[in-house]
Amino acid sequence: MGLLSDPHCRRALSRLVLRLNTPLCALSYVAGLGWFLALAFQPLAPRTYMSENAMGSTMVEEQFLFGERALSYAREFAGHKKKAGGMPVAWLEKTMWTLGLEVHRQPFSRTLPFPDELRERYMVKGTNVYGILRAPRAASTEALVLSVPCSEGPHNNQAVGLMLALASYFRGQIYWAKDIIFLVNEHDLLGMEAWLEAYHDVNLTEIRSSGTLGRAGAIQAAISLELSSDVVTSFDVAVEGLNGQLPNLDLLNLFHAFCQKNGLLCTIQGKLPRSDWDSLPAFAHSLQTLLLMVLAQASGQPRGDHGLFLRYRIEAITLRGINSFRQYKTLEGMFRKLNNLLERLHQSYFFYLLPSLSRFVSIGVYMPAFGFLILVLILKALDLWMKLSKSETGGAERLWDSDHTGGEESRPGLLALVPPLVICHAAGLALYYLPVLGQHVATQHFPVSESEAVVLTVIAIYVAGMALPHNTHRVLAGGGSDRGWMTLKLLALLYLALQLGCLALLNFSLGFLLAATMVPTAAAVQPNGPKVLLAALLVLATPAATLLLGIFLQRELVEAPAAAGEGWQLFLAALAQGLLQHHLYGSFLCPLLALGTYPCWLLLWNVLCWK
Amino acid sequence: ITDVLTAVALYLAIQDFNKVVFKKQKLLIELDKYAPDVAELIRTPMEMHYIPLKVALFYLLNPYTVMSCVAKSTCAINNTVIAFFILATIKGSAFLSAVFLALATYQSLYPLTLFAPALLYLLQRQFIPIKLKSKSFWLYTMQYAALYLCSLVVIICLSFFLLNSWDFIPSVYGFILSVPDLTPNIGLFWYFFAEMFEHFSLFFVCVFQINVFFYTIPLAIKLKEHPVFFMFVQIAIISIFKSYPTVGDIALYMAFLPVWSHLYRFLRNIFILSCVLIVCSLLFPVLWHLWIYAGSANSNFYYAITLTFNIGQILLISDYFYAFLRREYYLTHGLHLTRQDGTEAMLVLK
Repeated sequence: MGLLSDPHCRRALSRLVLRLNTPLCALSYVAGLGWFLALAFQPLAPRTYMSENAMGSTMVEEQFLFGERALSYAREFAGHKKKAGGMPVAWLEKTMWTLGLEVHRQPFSRTLPFPDELRERYMVKGTNVYGILRAPRAASTEALVLSVPCSEGPHNNQAVGLMLALASYFRGQIYWAKDIIFLVNEHDLLGMEAWLEAYHDVNLTEIRSSGTLGRAGAIQAAISLELSSDVVTSFDVAVEGLNGQLPNLDLLNLFHAFCQKNGLLCTIQGKLPRSDWDSLPAFAHSLQTLLLMVLAQASGQPRGDHGLFLRYRIEAITLRGINSFRQYKTLEGMFRKLNNLLERLHQSYFFYLLPSLSRFVSIGVYMPAFGFLILVLILKALDLWMKLSKSETGGAERLWDSDHTGGEESRPGLLALVPPLVICHAAGLALYYLPVLGQHVATQHFPVSESEAVVLTVIAIYVAGMALPHNTHRVLAGGGSDRGWMTLKLLALLYLALQLGCLALLNFSLGFLLAATMVPTAAAVQPNGPKVLLAALLVLATPAATLLLGIFLQRELVEAPAAAGEGWQLFLAALAQGLLQHHLYGSFLCPLLALGTYPCWLLLWNVLCWK
Repeated sequence: ITDVLTAVALYLAIQDFNKVVFKKQKLLIELDKYAPDVAELIRTPMEMHYIPLKVALFYLLNPYTVMSCVAKSTCAINNTVIAFFILATIKGSAFLSAVFLALATYQSLYPLTLFAPALLYLLQRQFIPIKLKSKSFWLYTMQYAALYLCSLVVIICLSFFLLNSWDFIPSVYGFILSVPDLTPNIGLFWYFFAEMFEHFSLFFVCVFQINVFFYTIPLAIKLKEHPVFFMFVQIAIISIFKSYPTVGDIALYMAFLPVWSHLYRFLRNIFILSCVLIVCSLLFPVLWHLWIYAGSANSNFYYAITLTFNIGQILLISDYFYAFLRREYYLTHGLHLTRQDGTEAMLVLK
């Protein structure tokens, strides 16, 4: 307690905070951003390595030879799919049965809260088909999953073919210690969610499914496969899951090890790895990969069907074939290694960022960047507190002389804060509940479709929040002083810091992105000073603007820059998708922004319009 | 219901206490014990008027109280009994206070330490000076201890007759003392004992338990003039160091904070501490979720937050303690301290 209790030290510290506040804040912010950018520098990031003992020792000799069979299965599947106009359930069941698997089907249905423009569906009905390969000498207590989404049109037929060929090969082996479930799910994420919920016997979303399900024990790991062409030259791996949750790094390391062993090209975020690290283009390349991962994780959307497994503590990744023929051996090898697992993957990191496939940045290294950003908010809050307490003791002495009761000054001050808080949170609640509830009313009065109505309501409420009455404090006596806005700003800063802190633990990328945009304006906002400039900055820092800029940045990074109109359309689509994801899969991005970050931003807007 | 009862009891207790404090202050002013320039530190009836209401509201509206009510925890009953005990003590009824203390000790062992502040308060009320050689001091102490032990024995025997066996003693008191169940909670015990070897666990159990009871003696010596503050600090120490703390215990001692709101100007770290406490309370569910449901964190994360939370509480209590002592010092020695050569001095806690 020496630092805090020694009066000389306290005086020195408080003088430091008060006098050097702005330079310290600026320095801290720059340090945070600089640290983040330095994470992409390759020599600084350690190489990935296998942490799980059970997966490291044996190197398997793969013997898969049925490449032709895979292609023929794929062609048959494509034919039957076209004939059935959807998923050819009967053909799949029959084929899996002849291969010797235990086949089950699971019909499911769900009515979306509003029509999904992107995939053009509203009332969804589908069937999942899966076959269980029982391990010959084990007790069926654990399982591995190979899942292949069945998509419309000609996509993903080769993946089904590959899966069936692998199933027929695996069936002949005796070394399996875990059951393997081969799953074909319809309607991608919806089918996946239905299957997972039914498998684990929970009811997280309102999806309805029926049919008795065969189970195979606790699932240890899952791989989702997407292959769309006959000749595959590289595999792209996707790791980001729902709400930014990531699988254990060991699964990725396993994939990378096997790709290197078989000479298969593997990419991440669609970018090839570069061998030189010291040059500037290489740094730019790894920075691009890092930023793409951060943006993907921040959106909280699962990048493949694997994203939904993570919620049930099942490590999973999605592999997308771009073009190559050595994928069979890779997959066989991966499954054999996973077969050796004794317990769930837990040895390696769960929180990491990937500037490239062979290097990673762990939580201990990336958190200080975020810490510096939060430090700005804390410094500003301390500064405001000290100014407030100085003015209070000064005021109290004067009041005592003039024989008033002390405490009158502070009571209306606190009371004047309650209306802005209530109004901001009410606006947040409106933003969360009204769009979906009010879509029918909107479609009756305006000539728009339901999903457009929802999105436009969101934008309308968002902008309306800025125009709400911000002068309630004038009605209550004594609130118009400087103390009023300083207390409100203090509360807003602490609230923002709290939210960002909790968020960074759950989904680091989202927390960091929001912090990087909101922190400087939050610290700088005040009623005095250049109002127009501060207002413009605050509008730029709002979460919606961050989303828009994020979309543009992402398109730049995948080297397909979007024009302004296209960007706006993407923005609207992203809003709709965000809302849908929240209702369908339980992603928390939408409620967090509506109920947490938006009221906080409105409070800062309140501070700006205090006079 | 129990929460409302607790709030009512606290309200009445603080009302009475305020009257006592005011009377004592008047007496000391008349006796000229205070230094001349401490006019701003004297408490007025007007500012003290709202304190009982604030205490009751603090207790009822505390999010911790609401949480423990929603969780239907027996902590609420515990709090009610302790609140009635405080009311009885402040009203001056030795018999009722002993009975309630016995009930509280019967439920969980730790309120035993509240025996000392209650005794001191009752002695003060009877104007018996606390000198080790005084016969009336020992007489009264014996009386009170006898009342307390008798009621405790009566309650234990009643339980025996209800159950027809002595089994409940090891299962209630043995459980609290030997800490066999290591389910994570907001206390300090579980992680420690989960990591420890069997060989040493008895030793460390004894150390941890002594830690709770130990602070009574030095605090009694220092705070013998101010037993109600002593009671407040003792309740806080119990709720931090007991083997299975819950947020309901924290709610009880936080309800007392408005009583000492006049110490506000002497509190040094209240901003940082309240931030730490709020941040930790919010991070508790986040890290619990990450540990148990997402499986991405482990117990170290959760225990870190537990540690920080408890450190925050301890610093809060010591801050209040320091502020209290400082005010007492200023009252007797004047507000503007000067050293021998006339320069302004500053009070430093060594």
